Amino acid sequence: MNSMTMEERLALNKYDVDTEAHIRLKEEVCRECEPRSCLYVCPAECFKLREDKITFAYEGCLECGSCQIFCDKGAIEWSYPRGGFGVAFEYG
Amino acid sequence: MNERFDAIVVGAGPAGCAAAYSLAKEGLQVLLVERGKFAGAKNMTGGVLYGPVLNDLAPDFWKEAPVERHISRHVIAFLSERSSLSVDFNVTGSDEHNGFSVLRSKFDRWFAHKVEQVGGIVATGLRVDDLLWDKQRVAGIVAGGDEIAGEVVIAADGVNSGLAKKAGLGVKLSPENVNQGVKEVIKMPREVIEERFNLADESGAAIHFLGFCTKGVHGGGFLYTNKESLSLGVVAQLKALVENNLKSVDLLEGFKAHPTVKELVKGGTTVEYSAHLVPAGGLKMMPRLYTDGLLVAGDAAALVLATGRALEGMNFALASGMAAAETVKRAKEKGDYGKETLSCYEKLLADSFVLRDLKNFRRAPHFLENQRIYSTYPDLVCGLAERIFQVDGNPKEKVWQLAREEMKGKVSLWRLIRDGMSARRAI
Repeated sequence: MNSMTMEERLALNKYDVDTEAHIRLKEEVCRECEPRSCLYVCPAECFKLREDKITFAYEGCLECGSCQIFCDKGAIEWSYPRGGFGVAFEYG
Repeated sequence: MNERFDAIVVGAGPAGCAAAYSLAKEGLQVLLVERGKFAGAKNMTGGVLYGPVLNDLAPDFWKEAPVERHISRHVIAFLSERSSLSVDFNVTGSDEHNGFSVLRSKFDRWFAHKVEQVGGIVATGLRVDDLLWDKQRVAGIVAGGDEIAGEVVIAADGVNSGLAKKAGLGVKLSPENVNQGVKEVIKMPREVIEERFNLADESGAAIHFLGFCTKGVHGGGFLYTNKESLSLGVVAQLKALVENNLKSVDLLEGFKAHPTVKELVKGGTTVEYSAHLVPAGGLKMMPRLYTDGLLVAGDAAALVLATGRALEGMNFALASGMAAAETVKRAKEKGDYGKETLSCYEKLLADSFVLRDLKNFRRAPHFLENQRIYSTYPDLVCGLAERIFQVDGNPKEKVWQLAREEMKGKVSLWRLIRDGMSARRAI
């Protein structure tokens, strides 16, 4: 079996994307952050480093909760998506 | 909604469904709330659902539930970079139904439907935002802008349980006590699965991997056969991932490309990619399980057993959900939902396998911190097997001699014995 990019992986899943993000970053905290563990810890690679700025794309989130556990800087305002929104696994 | 429920159960996974089903069956007014657009939408597993517990609640459930295959083959496989050594236990052909592979999106949907069949109300697509308080006691939930009153709330809202936290009972999740699992569901024709895994009709295999699947860090790999798909995944401690600059998705790719695994998944098509956290800290991370008007069950209470071979959670979720229901029934009879009365929940769990297993295996999480389990030993056994099975035309050495040579530079005999002793104590 061939390897897949993250985009290809997430494209397999069904999502009902809300109009508002359920997870928000405090930019000023992320800017100062050294380890930037969120880049490793998110299994959907929702966190990206763009021109030395951490961005978060909530659309592909798998709702695991890893980022809020690992970020000890308090940069992540975390909640689940509103009821009915977000990922909907067909197999699970 | 103005009525007052006897119980509001939050989360339609195995813990929540088991609790709601037990209560509704006895005629209690039950509301089961699920944030997914259907029960199971947010859930995935890298585990086997063991039968006996659910069978107590719904006899012969497997005849009607959408289970995948009953597990008749258990394999433990040690992986080095290019080889593997397996222990293969096989009872194919037996009609015992001890454990099942399941796909949770289907299974949980079925279970929530069972709750409705016995008169429970299931509200899906509803996220619970807060607890409703009456002075110091929990008196219901706030969801979708509505206040919904209940005599008692059962928080079965999973590993990231927000509700337990709001009541001051939350699990303290940390990178050390949480494992991250990622999984692919790989479509494959039924006949190919049965032939490739040497399975009779309806029977299935559960394979647990140690070693190269996590590049030697704390965790393991798994493969379960479903009816017409495979569940393939990797579970690794969150701390170990970040400390080693590893991403679990890369581990999964490496695992799939391993010569042994590659042959097992060959020709399949990945149809889903999911991720989930598993509380793996055992008794140490378990929160207080009840307070006035609230009980915590399943992953929300970190009721997961780490044995080194796998993490067993669904069974513990079911049993804790059932114990929570029993507690609520007794509370209703007394007409009192205070923590004195609800303390019976912990007693029920203490008398069952749930807390007994967690106590008995309380040293396991610490033992499983030993790096050698994931790197040195899998390499060692694969290396030794290679020495034993390879015939190179030179005079042969006895097995013990080969073992000592293989151990050289990897682990001392003294270290091996000490690890063996702690394994004996822990698992």
